[in-house]
Amino acid sequence: MSGPAPASPGILVIGAGNDLRHDDAAGLEAARRVRRIGGRAIEVIEACGDLSGLAGIWSGRDRVILLDAARSGAPCGTVHRLDAAAGPLPVAFARGSTHGLGIAEAVELSRALGRLPRALVIYGIEGREFGPGTGLSPAVAEAVESLAGRLAREWAHA
Amino acid sequence: MTEKDSTRRIRVEALARVEGEGALHVEVREGRVEAVRLEIYEPPRFFEAFLRGRDFSEAPDITARICGICPVAYQMSAVQAMEDALGITVDAATRALRRLLYCGEWIESHTLHVYMLHAPDFLGYPDAIALARDHPRIVERGLALKKAGNDLVRVIGGREIHPINVRVGGFHRAPRVAELKALAATLERAREDALASVRWVGGFEFPDFEADYEFVALRHPSQYPFNEGRIASSSGLDIDVHAYREHFIEEQVPHSTALHSVLRGRGAYFLGPLARYSLNFERLPAIARDAAREAGLASVCRNPFRSIVVRAVEILFACDEALRLIGNYEPPAGPAQGPALTAALAAMLESAPRAGAGCAATEAPRGLLYHRYRLEADGRIAEASIIPPTSQNQNTIESDLRRLVQDSLALDDTALTLRCEQAIRNYDPCISCATHFLRLEVNRQ
Repeated sequence: MSGPAPASPGILVIGAGNDLRHDDAAGLEAARRVRRIGGRAIEVIEACGDLSGLAGIWSGRDRVILLDAARSGAPCGTVHRLDAAAGPLPVAFARGSTHGLGIAEAVELSRALGRLPRALVIYGIEGREFGPGTGLSPAVAEAVESLAGRLAREWAHA
Repeated sequence: MTEKDSTRRIRVEALARVEGEGALHVEVREGRVEAVRLEIYEPPRFFEAFLRGRDFSEAPDITARICGICPVAYQMSAVQAMEDALGITVDAATRALRRLLYCGEWIESHTLHVYMLHAPDFLGYPDAIALARDHPRIVERGLALKKAGNDLVRVIGGREIHPINVRVGGFHRAPRVAELKALAATLERAREDALASVRWVGGFEFPDFEADYEFVALRHPSQYPFNEGRIASSSGLDIDVHAYREHFIEEQVPHSTALHSVLRGRGAYFLGPLARYSLNFERLPAIARDAAREAGLASVCRNPFRSIVVRAVEILFACDEALRLIGNYEPPAGPAQGPALTAALAAMLESAPRAGAGCAATEAPRGLLYHRYRLEADGRIAEASIIPPTSQNQNTIESDLRRLVQDSLALDDTALTLRCEQAIRNYDPCISCATHFLRLEVNRQ
């Protein structure tokens, strides 16, 4: 995980994923695009690998947006929106590997520890190709651009 | 599970709380265990093939990508094997900084396994989240301890996951003294948390299970091993790393995409914390030896279920060692320091003989990690061989399971499955590393 520790109660955007697994980079790419569009007004960090550290990063924050890839069987490029404060995340956000914690586990661990931010919304971008390699599927790239643009514009006027 | 006549079958499709994809299949016929197969079906990852044709200087960063939990181990074995091939000897300050980087990886990797993956087995929880609901302060302690390791890797390695600061000859940038001193307070708290961790896991209940393993680990004259030492075993093996291939053999087995390893003429052997600890107890600092004894460990531990205690002792050691190294830290004075190193290091590498072979073994959190490379005259990699600890431990894991299932046939299938998974997690297997490797199936007939 890279990026600063939380210093303010403003919006924090977290991009999660793996740059070297094609569509798994969707959340990272969306977060980078938010950073480019939103400039310094929006705090953006990237999270890779084990996500157990998220509890410490978002604890005490007012509003956190987490951007990640998803694999639920929906059409490629579909954007899922989940309110993590409302309850456990669906299976699509649990990871196959458990060497470290994934998004669902990090959220539920934070919930158990009372460390969830006041508001945590997760956007999951449905991917298709998660094998080794770089580059997003066209539908995922389009969804990344559209989602990031919409979020950055929305917050710029918040 | 299904039961048919005298047949008893359990199959767990994917083992949880281990890294990578694999399964366990156990055949029980008329009350006797006939076969145990650790089936590793994660596809081979062909890293050794990726490396062919790449420049020698790329190996540390390419091999670091094999694992997100133990990238430092891959970097250390790769960089030292290349230096061996090129005839480069690094100075004491560089060796100390590499040791400090390795401390960070042991702290984060071991803490993740002790708190998030293995402890729930001993306390009757399905996972760390359920553990956190009942014991939030304990899990918070684990998270803080892991973060201390992450911080160390980030400051020295450039980032927490897949660090990028290691290079043949040294480091791209040596951290400033002030950067490391700033970590001292965090590591002092981490050392206290590590001591509390040893006491916590030392109070768990452990199955009465021991075996006469042949432990294999690096052994250094004076230091608890990370990067240096001879390869030693509990049965008297004592060899230079260059003799590794004369004594260790990799074998293909039909049910695994990871190669198995045996000691020539002797069979299965045991790598990892238990082996390191049992071969190097006297090299631990007093604080770690005392904590181990207080937690009920003798100087040799042959119960793999107690590996969680040994891992906690190694976390304590790594925190203490990191503080010692930071206290003595001086940036490496050799060519590998800061941007100005480039010309000096390039000149040194330019003059190094290219065509040749080199090897190294270092102590990854899961045990001995061996790398060997053969280079072409232009410095490109002609041949690479990477032998990770999990693949070397497969035979021993299967052997443990064979005995454990035989001794535990009175358990119902749910309890037996949990016991088998716990036994596999004793080894903190990293299947992704090994495939270049779980489901559980017990077939009782």
